[in-house]
This record gives sequence, C-alpha cells and structure tokens, in this order.
Amino acid sequence: MRHLRVANLRKSYDAMEVVAGLDLEIEAGVCFGLLGPNGAGKTTTLRLCLGLSEPDSGEIAILGFAVPEHAREARARIGVVPQVDNLDPDFSVRENLLVYGSYFGLRQRDIEARIPDLLEFAGLTSREHARIQTLSGGMKRRLTLARALVNDPQLMFLDEPSTGLDPQARHLIWERLRKLTSEGRTIVLTTHFMDEAERLCHRVAIIDHGRKIAEGTPRELITQYIEPQVVEVYGDGAEAWAETYGRSASERCEKTGETFFCYTRDADAIVHALDRESNVRYLHRPANLEDVFLKLTGRELRD
Amino acid sequence: MKIHLPGFLLPRPSLRFIHIWRRNRLVWTKLAIPSMLGNLADPMLYMLGLGYGLGAMLPHVVGMPYIAFLAAGTVCSSTMMSASFESMYSSFSRMHVQHTWDAILNAPVMLDDVVAGEAVWAASKAFLSGAAVLIVATALGLVASPLALWVLPVVFITGLAFAGLGLIMTSLSPSYDFFMYYFTLAITPMMLASGVFFPLSQLPAWLQAAAQALPLTHAVALVRPLMTGSVPQSAGVHVLVLVSYALASCYVALALARRRLLK
Repeated sequence: MRHLRVANLRKSYDAMEVVAGLDLEIEAGVCFGLLGPNGAGKTTTLRLCLGLSEPDSGEIAILGFAVPEHAREARARIGVVPQVDNLDPDFSVRENLLVYGSYFGLRQRDIEARIPDLLEFAGLTSREHARIQTLSGGMKRRLTLARALVNDPQLMFLDEPSTGLDPQARHLIWERLRKLTSEGRTIVLTTHFMDEAERLCHRVAIIDHGRKIAEGTPRELITQYIEPQVVEVYGDGAEAWAETYGRSASERCEKTGETFFCYTRDADAIVHALDRESNVRYLHRPANLEDVFLKLTGRELRD
Repeated sequence: MKIHLPGFLLPRPSLRFIHIWRRNRLVWTKLAIPSMLGNLADPMLYMLGLGYGLGAMLPHVVGMPYIAFLAAGTVCSSTMMSASFESMYSSFSRMHVQHTWDAILNAPVMLDDVVAGEAVWAASKAFLSGAAVLIVATALGLVASPLALWVLPVVFITGLAFAGLGLIMTSLSPSYDFFMYYFTLAITPMMLASGVFFPLSQLPAWLQAAAQALPLTHAVALVRPLMTGSVPQSAGVHVLVLVSYALASCYVALALARRRLLK
C-alpha cells in the first residue's frame, strides 16, 4: 500500500516556482529521504502534504486521503517533527504530551496511559516534570519526536530532525528512528546530512528547484552516478598536485572549497602518488551519497 | 485567469476550538492569581481614585454619583483592555514567537479552530475582568438591581468584539511594537470618546456621531443603565452592533491569519 502519493505538484510564491511538478510515491513502512539543498522545496512539499498550504495544481493523497480537502483526517494519522522547535514553553515535559494529545481529540486517560512509553522512548522518564527551558537541545528534539508519536501515527514527517544536535544526540535520534521504521511506520525525512540519509533511509529522492532529479536506494544512486572510489586531497600543495597529476589520473576531479575530490574506479595509483608528496594530505574512502548529492545539485553555495 | 482568494472563504470553525481554549486556560491556571491581580488592580485604582477623589468634587453626573457612573464605564473599559492585551500580546507570542499555533496546526485542528479558540479565550478572560469589576461595584453598593446580571452576556460579547479586533492586529503585526499604534490610535481615543469617564453629551456633535461607530460606546450604553437599574434604550441596536463587530472582526482576523500562515 502507498502511504503517500504526490503527482505533478506545483506551488509558486510570487514569480518563484518552489515546487515545480513533483512526483513522489512512498510505500508503507519505508523510511524515505527527501534530500535537497536549501530552497529546493523540501519544507514546502511537507507543508503541502499536511494541507497547510494549497497547491497551485497537482494531486496529493496521504494514507488514502486527498489533501488538502481531507487534511484533517490525514493529519489525525500523521506525526510531525518540525524544523523549528515548537514545544510549548508554558508547560512541563508531561504537560506537553498531554496537551498535544488533546489536539488530536484523545481522551486524557488514554494519553496518560501512553505517557510512560513515550517518555521512555524519549529517554526523559526522569524529566517528566521538568520545564522545557531546562532541557538540552537533544532532549527537546527527543521530546518533539515523542510528542509526534502521541497519536500513534502510521506516517511521520521529520523536517531535519538532527540539525543542531551533537554527535551523541544524533546517534540517539537515529537509533530511535530505526526503531520507528522497524515498528512498521512510514517515515518521510528531510535532511541535508547525507550520512544521515544513507544510514536511515531505504529510499531517497534528491530534489532541486522543486523537481525530483534522482530517486532510488542510497546504494543504487551511488553506483549509478559515482565512481566507487574517492580520494579527497587538501593542503598547501593540493592545487599543484591536482593540476599536474590528479586530474589526469582520475576519471573525474572536482574542487569544493580548497579540497579536490578525485573520483576513480581504482585509487591505488593515486594513493601511491600522494604518499610521495610531502605538502598534501589526503583521505581515501568509498563513494557516498554526499558525492551523488554534490554531483547532481552542483558545488556552488546555496543561500 | 483563476481568481484565488482562499483567505476569505467562509470560516468553518468546529468544536475543536475548545482544545485551544483549554490549553490557554491550563497555562492561565498556573498564573491565575497574579494574572487576576494585574487585570483588576489597574481598573480598580482608576475607578476608586477618580470615582471617589474626583467624584467628591462633582455634583451628580446624569443623576447618579460619579463613582456609580464610572463603575459602569470601568466594567466596559477593563473588558476591552483585557480582551485587547490577550488577543494581541499573548496571542502574538503563541502565534509568532513560540510557534504554538504551528504545532497545533500539525494536529487535526484547522486554523479556523485556532483563531476561534484564541478569540473565545480572550473573550473569556475579558469576561472575568469585567465580571470582577462588576462584583467589586456590587460590593461597594454601586449596583441597583439584579438587572445588572444582564451585564455578564454584554461583557462577553464586548470581549469577543475586542478579541477579534486584537486578532486582526496580531495577524498583521510584524512585532510587539506594532500594538502600540493600535493602543494609541484606537484604544485610548475610544476610551475617551465612548462615555466611560464622562457622558457622551459633553462631546461636540460631530464626535458624538462618530462615537456611534465605536463598539465601546454601545457596550457602555447597555451596561450603565443595567447597573443603575433601568432597561437600556434601543438595546436591540446596541446588541446588534456589538454582535456585528464580534462576527466581522473574527472573520477578518481569520482571513488575515490564513493569508499569513497558510501561504
């Protein structure tokens, strides 16, 4: 069964087409990554899917409900972790869950019965009565995630769930998200951390300028678009090395900032050559999703 | 060309507005005592200070002691102030600063419900303020008869009218500073031109005519006779104006909020 289907979706603000004919199909139980640079239309797409914004044209069906016409029914079965923290600062941890559950029309008794599980999931059992202001960034994110589960959703939208978190907090969030997919929930995740997408997502779509430019499993995209080996070269002598040797020795050599990325099928020769250089440093690694992302969306800065 | 004005579609509020009302009440119960004191202290001080201090120097005003005249005005003005503060500063915090509305809108609640919940909540707080002044006035022997109980529904509708107007400002406002314009250009002149502190008949004729357009004028025109023991003249007209203000302002506030938040 498909939990989300978007067909030829379009949305413009003034003269700017933010979503420009987007098609998406997401199967039940899949963790789906929506990747794209800033301004690619990810957040707008999520807003359209929630019925918070009316599309100019196109169709949206969420869990079988046409949106925006039946957004209310759809939202009753969706959990949302927004990009901007919007926990209720007037309430404690527990009250946040109780009050949020009430917006879904859940009975107080039923929410109270779920709270111990939700707190345990968020690792906040001991902070039940803490005020929101006393929580760390990671705790707030986990609480937001637990809050999104209050209605036991079939489908979850997570808009950059790990932005601004330290590595420990990110790993904890990832572990929780894997748990949610293993429970059979469908997750739609936007992120611009490619390692996050590669780790968590069964499938990803890369979107740019409101259009889908690639879709597949992370592994499929890497083998389809990128040579298997990457040597990153940086340091004072990197430029000279790349121009005299690196560019010709690799299938493709790209510069981002002051680092040269040499893409190749066999990196042995390049690595040997680099070992003889004194003025450069390098990192030899397998190709990853970030390489695909940079190749498809370009290397220039997006603001 | 497609004509597209989704913001002005008819409001479709549902009973789910009660969830927003309850949320605000739960916050309020944590701060109820200081909040009530703050709401009450200011109008009481003016009412007692001016009423007895200034009133001692005055002969009867339109046939009643000045303190009784002022008490009726204070019920209305404190209702207006309470509804205005709640629907502007507090609602704006929830909408713009804390993103509470955004969080609620991810649940199966529509913006129509949120705006309705905020409006009814501000009207409820205003009702408490107006009712509190009424109770104090009763205790001071300034209320003539049980007819004054009719003041309570008038206070609620007045609160709803000013809540709607305040929410219009909230939907337009870029920051808290914006509300000062509304207070300086609308609320303060209205307070002086609606018969709160002195009878409308003291105003020049053109200003008396203009005052008929102000909701506070009609609230005062209902509340003063009710508190002093007579049935208001043209009560139907005054009620109609207040109800119209309440419905129209809430509708415009919703349309503007849709334009701002559901882009």
